[in-house]
Order: sequence, then C-alpha cells, then structure tokens
Amino acid sequence: MEKRLILDTDLLQITINRLVEELIENHKDFENTVLIGLQPRGVFLAHRIQKRLKERLNKELPLGLLDTTFYRDDFRRRETPIKANATKIPFIIEDKKVVLIDDVLFTGRTVRAALDAMIAFGRPKLVELLTFIDRKYTRDLPIQPDYVGRGVNTIKTQKVLVEWTDQGAESDKIWLVTNEEK
Amino acid sequence: MTNLSVNHLLGIKDLTTEDIQLIFQTADHFKDVINRPIKKVPSLRDITIANIFFENSTRTKLSFELAEKRLSADVVNFSSSNSSVKKGETLLDTVNNILSMKVDMVVMRHSSPGAAHFLSRNIEANIVNAGDGTHEHPTQALLDTYSIREKITDLQGKKVAIIGDILHSRVALSNIYALKKLGAEVMVCGPATLIPKYIGDLGVKISWDIKEALEWCDVANMLRIQLERQQLKYFPSLREYSLYYGLNKKLLDSLQKEIIVMHPGPINRGVEISSDVADSDQSIILNQVENGVAIRMAVLYLLAQKRQN
Repeated sequence: MEKRLILDTDLLQITINRLVEELIENHKDFENTVLIGLQPRGVFLAHRIQKRLKERLNKELPLGLLDTTFYRDDFRRRETPIKANATKIPFIIEDKKVVLIDDVLFTGRTVRAALDAMIAFGRPKLVELLTFIDRKYTRDLPIQPDYVGRGVNTIKTQKVLVEWTDQGAESDKIWLVTNEEK
Repeated sequence: MTNLSVNHLLGIKDLTTEDIQLIFQTADHFKDVINRPIKKVPSLRDITIANIFFENSTRTKLSFELAEKRLSADVVNFSSSNSSVKKGETLLDTVNNILSMKVDMVVMRHSSPGAAHFLSRNIEANIVNAGDGTHEHPTQALLDTYSIREKITDLQGKKVAIIGDILHSRVALSNIYALKKLGAEVMVCGPATLIPKYIGDLGVKISWDIKEALEWCDVANMLRIQLERQQLKYFPSLREYSLYYGLNKKLLDSLQKEIIVMHPGPINRGVEISSDVADSDQSIILNQVENGVAIRMAVLYLLAQKRQN
C-alpha cells in the first residue's frame, strides 16, 4: 500500500477558507441558504465550513445532516452492507437554497441518493454541491460539483483518505492511497 | 454488526442479542423516516412481498403492509377466507403458486405452530413469521421490547410481568425470549389454568396473584383473553377473571411506584384492562402500534439485505 499526501493541515485550512469565500460571493448574506452535510464523512467538512462562515459573517448558518443509506441504488449489490446514520434536518428546506457538502466526489451515486433523500423534506429552490476532493474522470452519473477544494486524477482502485482531528486523527490531512496490484 | 445472522425471521429464539440490537438501531432510523413529510424510502423497490394470512388479523397485517409500502416494495395480499384453501389446497401448494409469480419475501400468519418453519425449509423466499398458532410472534416481541427500551433506555435488570392468558399466547413466548436475551427478568401471572405447566423451565418467575406481580415489576404487559380459544372453560366467567386479573385504576394507584402498562392489542376493555388505565399516561399502547411499523420496516430491510442479488 502506498500513501501520498494530497493536502496537509495548512493547505487544508487555506482550501476551506477559499471555499467559504466562494460561497460568500454567491450567497452574499446567506439569508435564504442552508447547509447540509452528507453522512458519514461529509459532516466533518460541513462543520468546518459552518465554523469558518461564522467567523467571517458572525452568523451561525443552519446545518443539517443527511443520511443516504435507504436511498442508495446499490442496496443488495454491495459486498458489505452499509449501516445507516442519523438524519437531522431541524429546519424547513422548502424554497431554500441548499448547499450539499461532501468530502470526496467519486462516482456521483451518493450525491444522486442525497438529492432523492433531500426531496423527502421538501422542494428546495436551488441545490449546489460543494466537495473537498473531486476525483476526476471517475463519474458513473452526470453529476458535477459547484465548489471544488481540489481536483485529483485518480484511478478506480485508488482511494482518497480524509483524516479529521474531530474523528480522532492527529492532524487534518488528505491522502491518496494506492493498493498494491494483486 | 451490519447484517442479521438469519435469513428468515421465524422466531425470537433463533435471533442473537446482536441481531435484536441491530433491528432496534435500524428501527430508530425508520422511526425518523416515518415522521418526515414524505414517509417513504426507495430501498425495497425491486422486491415483491406477499402477505399471506391464514388467520384473522387487523393491526399486524396493516402494520406490515404499511411497512412494506414505506420501503417501496410491491405488495400482494392473500387471506385464506376467500381463497382456494377452502377448496382443499395445501399450504405448500398455495405458497408455491404465489411464489411462481416471482415473490421475494413472504409474511405469513398461520394457526399451526411451526408453519413458518415448514415453509422456510421448502421455498426460496425469505419468510417472516407474523404469528404461528400459539408458538411465536417475533415482530410483536421486538416492538414490545423496543417500546420498553424507548421508555426506560436499557432493559438490563428490569422486571417485566406478563399477565393474562399465557397458555394460548404466542406474544408471551416471544416476549419471554426477547426480554431474557436483553437481560430483563420476567414473571408470568394468570390463573393456574392459563399458565403452561413447564413455563418455569424458560427461567421465568410464576405468580397467580396480580397484586404480587404488579408490586414486583417495572413493566406490566397485559395480554388479551383470547375469547376465540376459550371453548374449554379455563375460568368461571369473564366477570370473575376481570375481578381477579384485570388491571384497573384502583389497583394501579395502590402501588408505591409508577409502572409502565402495555397491551399487544386488540384490547378487551373492561376485561384484562380497564379503559381509564388503557388511556392513562402510564400506558404505552399507542407507542407500541407506532413502533410496530418501524420495527417491521427494519426487519424487512435487514432480511432483504441478506438476499443475494
């Protein structure tokens, strides 16, 4: 197994700051905007984005957590079943601008499921996708992000590993992991 | 653990404690789903489920049907009262015919104990036992224990009294298995004629005095007197039963503590439980009904997960 560092702690923070500036450019005062982090791993990034936005705007944006397990199209087709996580959306999304946040965009299937899951809570006015790592050329579905932290060329057998201190890691880092060929 | 250890839900006896915990955790998520504006998820959209009821049922059948529809499964219903069973068709023939129509899962209620076991050995589909005679009613026990857990967090060391017609009750047997697996202490209470002779072998306490049972327990699960199974005289009259084994407000208030009151339904109001108790704050009867849908969604979802695509 080979591990290559894509983003170190400093670069990761700079990237978050840049993503937040891009959001501010488009959403101005965030009057009608809500954030939704995708379970399980997009939630850590979503909390960071919310925190940074609070520092910049002095305003706490509503943040929801969305689990897509029951909406996935690969139920019974995966080797290992996925365990459901909590969905907590304590606000109305009807007519809101929603920013969906996930850490890695790969095949696009999670985002497809997320769109489906989100509709169960109402009809948003607009949905945008923010992703930290965009694995280019690996999409199964025509889904593209609106905000990208870093685009990375990968092959299917590689994996992007995101480590957050919130999860118990020593520092925030993003790695590209290549498994040895069998 | 993300998967059940069994391919069918035939009884609580076959489940491990981890299986029960997994069903509860999954039901927590489904409970959240059924309280949303859109109460439906697409998980089982490629699965067809047959509800085969050889015995009358209102709430179990409705609850299963609702659970299946909320998971987006295709549902077919069958009840024996207006079917070819009346013309002499066997159980296996009936079910095989239904399966030829490409059914993936079968939810079955039958008056013969072991009917679900028999079916699981003979057909390919996943079987969910919705009650087999006086044997087991696993989803009822799961929703009962889930409802208690919701009220008092952990069942470990808690005392549960099951009061009423233990002899004819599949709910009692499944409840005993589930409660014991989750670490609770169980007492059964009822007239001596309605308590099976060897029930003590399951590790439960026995009492013939409702007052003693109520003073001992944290939770009282009042069972229905199964009027349809009372051809033999197990007790002199309903009035006498109600006098000696009925739970009323006076009896409840005479206790030094507040206990949780449950009933699997349908209730014979004024026989095993009085109306004011059934509708009181201590009663969680309607929570049981709500949790039934979430528990059944969890069971069907987890069994579908075990199916090879």
